[in-house]
Amino acid sequence: MEHRAYSEHGLSGKKRSNLPSRPVFSNQWGSLEELANNPEFRKWPDPEFSTGASEFVDPLARREFMRLMGASLALMAASGCHRPPQQKIVPYVEQPELLVPGRPLFFATAMPFNGSATGILVQSNEGRPTKIEGNPSHPLSLGATSIFEQAAILTLCDPDRSRTIIHEGQIETWESFLSAWLPEQDRQLSQGGRTLRFLIDSVTSPTLVWQIGQLQKRYPGAKWYQWEPISQATIIEGYRSILGRPAQPQYRLAEADVIVAFDSDFLFDSPFRLINTRAFAGRRNYQRPDFSSPNRLFVAEPSPTITGSMAELRLPIAARQIGLLVQLLANRLGVGDPGPKVDDPQAKAWIDACVTELQAARGRSVVLAGFRQSPLIHRWIHAINVSLGNVGRTITYREVPAVVVPQPFGGIAQLAQELDSGRAETIILLGGNPAFDTPVDLEFQKRLSRSHFSLHLSLYYDETSAACQWHIPENHFLESWSDSTASDGSTGIIQPLIAPLYGGHSRHELLALFLGQISVQDYDIVRDYWRSHGQWDDFEKQWRKALNDGILAVNLAQTAEIAWSAEAPPATSDAPNENQSIELSFHPDPTLWDGRLANNGWLQELPKPFTRITWDNPALVSPSLAKELRLVNGDVIEIQSGSSRAEIPVWILPGQAKRTISVYLGGGRTRAGRVGNGVGFNTYQLRNYDFLWFAPRVEVRKTDTRAQLVSTQLHHAMQGREPVRTRTYAEFIHQEIPTTEVVENPALDETLYNFRKMLTAEHQWGMVINLNSCIGCNACVVACQSENNIPVVGKDQVWRGREMHWIRVDRYYEGDPDAPNLYHQPVPCMHCETAPCELVCPVEATLHSAEGLNQQVYNRCIGTRYCSNNCPYKVRRFNFLQFADTKTPSLQLGWNPQVTVRSRGVMEKCTYCVQRIRAVEFDAERGNRRIKDGEIIPACAQVCPAEAITFGDINDQNSLVAQLKANRLNYGLLEELNTRPRTTYLAKVVDVGHATVNPKQGQE
Amino acid sequence: MLNLKSVGAEPTGPSTDPAEGLLNPAETFESVSAKIGGIVLERKHPPFWWISFGIAFLLLMGLLYGITILFAYGVGIWGINIPVAWGFAIVNFVWWIGIGHAGTLISAILLLLLQKWRNSINRLAEAMTLFAVGCAGMFPLLHLGRPWAFYWILPYPNTMGLWPQFRSALVWDVFAVGTYFTVSLLFWYTGLVPDLSTMRDRAKTRFSQIIFGILSLGWRGSAIHWKNYQTVYLILAGLSTPLVLSVHSVVSFDFSTAIVPGWHTTIFPPYFVAGAVYSGFAMVLNILIPVRYFYRLDELVTPRHLNCMANVMLTTGLMVVYGYIMETFTSWYSGDIFEQYQVINRTIGPYGPIYWALILFNVLIPQLLWSKRIRTNPVSLFLVALSVNLGMWLERFVIVIVSLHRDFLPSSWGIFAPTGWDWLILSGSLGLFCSLIFLFIRFLPLISIFEVREIIASRTEGAA
Repeated sequence: MEHRAYSEHGLSGKKRSNLPSRPVFSNQWGSLEELANNPEFRKWPDPEFSTGASEFVDPLARREFMRLMGASLALMAASGCHRPPQQKIVPYVEQPELLVPGRPLFFATAMPFNGSATGILVQSNEGRPTKIEGNPSHPLSLGATSIFEQAAILTLCDPDRSRTIIHEGQIETWESFLSAWLPEQDRQLSQGGRTLRFLIDSVTSPTLVWQIGQLQKRYPGAKWYQWEPISQATIIEGYRSILGRPAQPQYRLAEADVIVAFDSDFLFDSPFRLINTRAFAGRRNYQRPDFSSPNRLFVAEPSPTITGSMAELRLPIAARQIGLLVQLLANRLGVGDPGPKVDDPQAKAWIDACVTELQAARGRSVVLAGFRQSPLIHRWIHAINVSLGNVGRTITYREVPAVVVPQPFGGIAQLAQELDSGRAETIILLGGNPAFDTPVDLEFQKRLSRSHFSLHLSLYYDETSAACQWHIPENHFLESWSDSTASDGSTGIIQPLIAPLYGGHSRHELLALFLGQISVQDYDIVRDYWRSHGQWDDFEKQWRKALNDGILAVNLAQTAEIAWSAEAPPATSDAPNENQSIELSFHPDPTLWDGRLANNGWLQELPKPFTRITWDNPALVSPSLAKELRLVNGDVIEIQSGSSRAEIPVWILPGQAKRTISVYLGGGRTRAGRVGNGVGFNTYQLRNYDFLWFAPRVEVRKTDTRAQLVSTQLHHAMQGREPVRTRTYAEFIHQEIPTTEVVENPALDETLYNFRKMLTAEHQWGMVINLNSCIGCNACVVACQSENNIPVVGKDQVWRGREMHWIRVDRYYEGDPDAPNLYHQPVPCMHCETAPCELVCPVEATLHSAEGLNQQVYNRCIGTRYCSNNCPYKVRRFNFLQFADTKTPSLQLGWNPQVTVRSRGVMEKCTYCVQRIRAVEFDAERGNRRIKDGEIIPACAQVCPAEAITFGDINDQNSLVAQLKANRLNYGLLEELNTRPRTTYLAKVVDVGHATVNPKQGQE
Repeated sequence: MLNLKSVGAEPTGPSTDPAEGLLNPAETFESVSAKIGGIVLERKHPPFWWISFGIAFLLLMGLLYGITILFAYGVGIWGINIPVAWGFAIVNFVWWIGIGHAGTLISAILLLLLQKWRNSINRLAEAMTLFAVGCAGMFPLLHLGRPWAFYWILPYPNTMGLWPQFRSALVWDVFAVGTYFTVSLLFWYTGLVPDLSTMRDRAKTRFSQIIFGILSLGWRGSAIHWKNYQTVYLILAGLSTPLVLSVHSVVSFDFSTAIVPGWHTTIFPPYFVAGAVYSGFAMVLNILIPVRYFYRLDELVTPRHLNCMANVMLTTGLMVVYGYIMETFTSWYSGDIFEQYQVINRTIGPYGPIYWALILFNVLIPQLLWSKRIRTNPVSLFLVALSVNLGMWLERFVIVIVSLHRDFLPSSWGIFAPTGWDWLILSGSLGLFCSLIFLFIRFLPLISIFEVREIIASRTEGAA
């Protein structure tokens, strides 16, 4: 089911035919406010609703689940863990009387992640959350999500999550924990909490801040520390040094003609990733009739990122030289003293291009740097933006709400010292995994054992839990009540979708315990906070509205007034042009982030951009460095950085800066769970406190060993086949060359077998994928996996070429291996009108529907695999073994009940989310209405932050998809084979940065 | 006795006695019956039989084990993947089906062409055909993802109202292979009937008499019997003849009707048939030469037989070479980048060595057959035949796997590596085949007694 359903039914079951139609491509969620005030809506009987959504309704599944737990250690503790659901939660729009089996409901909540939060809508099937979509009314989502939100469902269902309280390796009960804690509490109370220390990963919850404030009153001597291995701390610190208050820039990329990014993957590793992508890609909608001019992106970075892949001009450069480059740009734009010169001709050309473009786009440009660069660099960036007149136009500054300010500097090191000196006798760790992910030279794990009392609240019994005396299982955010403030200040209530599967505890409950409130539930805590702090006239009404909308009217982040000074900051101390040493650079893992998601099979198996590697995090080296060190893919090297040393295999990555090695953080977990243990390499071993993001000088030595690395795409050249077609901007503007190439296909009637006769239905479904918008973020892949119950197969099976993704994002390189052009191409099933797969199936298990869908009938399939051989796109996926895990009850919770779980021996592939099509078709038929354009959205299109995927009826000439197919950029992949694909692409327009033409002229 | 002149055909071939060199002149009716029938009835089996059968039986047990694991876990135990969704199972299928061509060709076409040299070898060749087709027929079933539903491919009335999809070459395969197997079985059995009666008459134990009595269907050797027999045998020969050509043509459609570069080519049907006969004769030689040696049948299977078969191999081998050349030429001539790349990838891609091994075994080594000394020397001929069998297996590997592993989109290119299960099932199919051959040698006359006697008869007539 798609989220359109609630805009239909939410209003009124009686007046369905008079529904306002949803504007095409609109991000608005117009009817919500109206809805919340609808008297009918307010009449919802509370008890009826309160049980429906939060109950784990299937008693059979629950019994099965308990049986499984009996086999493991959990059973002993389980008896005391299950709480009956008691609290009211409110669906987004659907009325409770529509709570019928088979019809999913959607609930608004928010997912806290790495110091920010994304508003989401969670699909609930009879009490089981199965799919996450973006909340269109949440300003950081706008309806889209990233891979992390998509994968949260699997983490919720993870059978390896911690299920019980553990003390020194032994299972314990809550009561025995209390009997251990209460004396400790008395001891701390008696000394005012002098040796009580808290470490938390990130705080986004206003309620939690309130509780922390109360705790500080109760334990005046206690100290709070915060640690995230990956955070925006450097950026915030940079702006604090200018403003005096912590602030963070927020970009209006939609208004920026020119974007210059220094070591910034702002389309991926920023909390604003989704809206950045939306705005950025929105400026590349060449197909729109009102398209005026594209933005131009210039990126300088050490290792290719998806942001870099979108750049008109990308400069591979070591991270340590970025500071120099920033100053050079500043100097060229008239900020600061003329600094040192750069010899590298490539860098020079890049700077020249940036200067030219920026000067032509004063007030309509953005210069930004990533969090891997020091606060000083951010001061330089600010000076540049001020001098360009961008501040206030394309850049605003948001004061970071006190609750989310990370402490980058000093915090963790000070805590390590306190642990060492015994000043931190009692340490409470809330979330996070500092024993694994703190800088190696802090020896945090070792020092943790010196405390008198240590407690770790976390989702998994992880490395830190094992190093602590007590471990308490934490509730997943889909199981608990809370609230969260996103980086832009928008705040929403987090409501549970299901009762805690494993009987854990939330942070709120634990802190309440420390406050002396025993057996208080998070629901009451969160409500108490908002009752006392919400300043709401009618609490119940506002509360329900907040739950309904997923976002509150208040914004906790004030727009920061900033000093408009373009004064040059002090010069950075980087050694100029130091090219000889090899730099080691740390990056967030593109799928596992900082390692916390290591037990998520969807993310482990998700091919990382460019390398397409799954289940590993090798060291990325440039082709020239590989040549110098005589390395081939899979060779293990030893890296020595200071006193730390690690062995890690290499992968040669075109586009990597020459004398740099990049590693992703987060591999090599030892206590992640069955999925993540021992996968990849622990690169935190190389991360020293002084060089959090890059170590300018490391020693590298090739060893004799090799490691098996598994990539899903072994070939990166297009081999003259032009799967990705490109047109230069000049060609596009002057319409010199028709982008839709004339392909010598036979005429439609030149066939003995007229397929057109079969396509009799009113609607003919088709899809267009815009290669100008696609940034290669992989969100569609995980969304598809979640929607369509696609199994995870594991490293060995991926190595054998058996990954099951129905949509894949191909990448191609073109040009110089050290600075190539990078292309992404999402490839789902093409739903060819003359599908080669169909006529070779001996049992007609794959056939065409009257609506033009290429269907796969699992029940009929006997697994000859002939269809896959004959598919030129190789989008078909085969269950070579029993890949779907039908034995683990908790994993069954997350399955989409609308989609068959395939058994071994059958072929499967993209269906255009036929279950969503059918749901809308049935609904339209019942309502005796036409299906509106854009009403059916496949999972891949719905999740896409770039809006690169458009689906609809190509028979309807007014539909967006039909208009896109009529565009001259439209082409079919391998259409010369006469497959007549229903999925087509919009050719990528390149060389925009080099175009000197005035776009306005060209359009005339 | 069977006299082909009675159907009005004129003998073709050299003007000298066509039967010359096909039989030791000293052989008589009685000596032939005793020699051939004795193998079965007197149970004097050389150690060769026991050792070879033992090895074959072990391999057969390996096959059963492999199939058990295969059915328990699925085809994922093999090395297949996406894009190489067809692997050893299909390679083996095509290989075995090819081998299964020699029997019918020898029995039917050579019968119609009045090639008397076939008489000493047709029985074994036919049996070999049956067993090879049996081995081949096993593979499509093992190959299925859900083998228990294999019968859905057959057109049978069912409550679902579903039929096979007749546009698929795999359905044609079922008919082609099924028909071929049925006709081959009938042909073989019909040819066996007179000999079974001979065995019945010569059998010394009651048990053998009963079994052979039942199997010989009441054959008494009367003139009416012989007349009816002759009619049926010729009709079956006539039916089989087009089948020899059609089976492998249809098997080649599995590939040529697909759009995969390297598969989609019109030359496949004749090229496959030639290759099939090529490997079929090679397999006959690989079996006949040791059997002839260990059972001392030199007088019945003479150097002239070997020479004739070597000539057929050389001829069909040259057709296959022509196929290779034309395949390469048309790829270049087509101007199609996918086809052109396919040839480049075959020759210098990751599987290049396999292609060149195929050229060595299938093209270069068989050229030794131009020498008569090689053709008539059992050892050298055996080795050349072995090379052809290996070469033909590699050819199928190249066609099936090398074509699939790099098709249209470079992003989906992959690689195939066989697993131990692939090899176990391949060797197991050899074990099954050899076990059946050895059981056949053990329990049925491996050379047609009456047809060899016919040669004696014709010689006697010619002398008279």
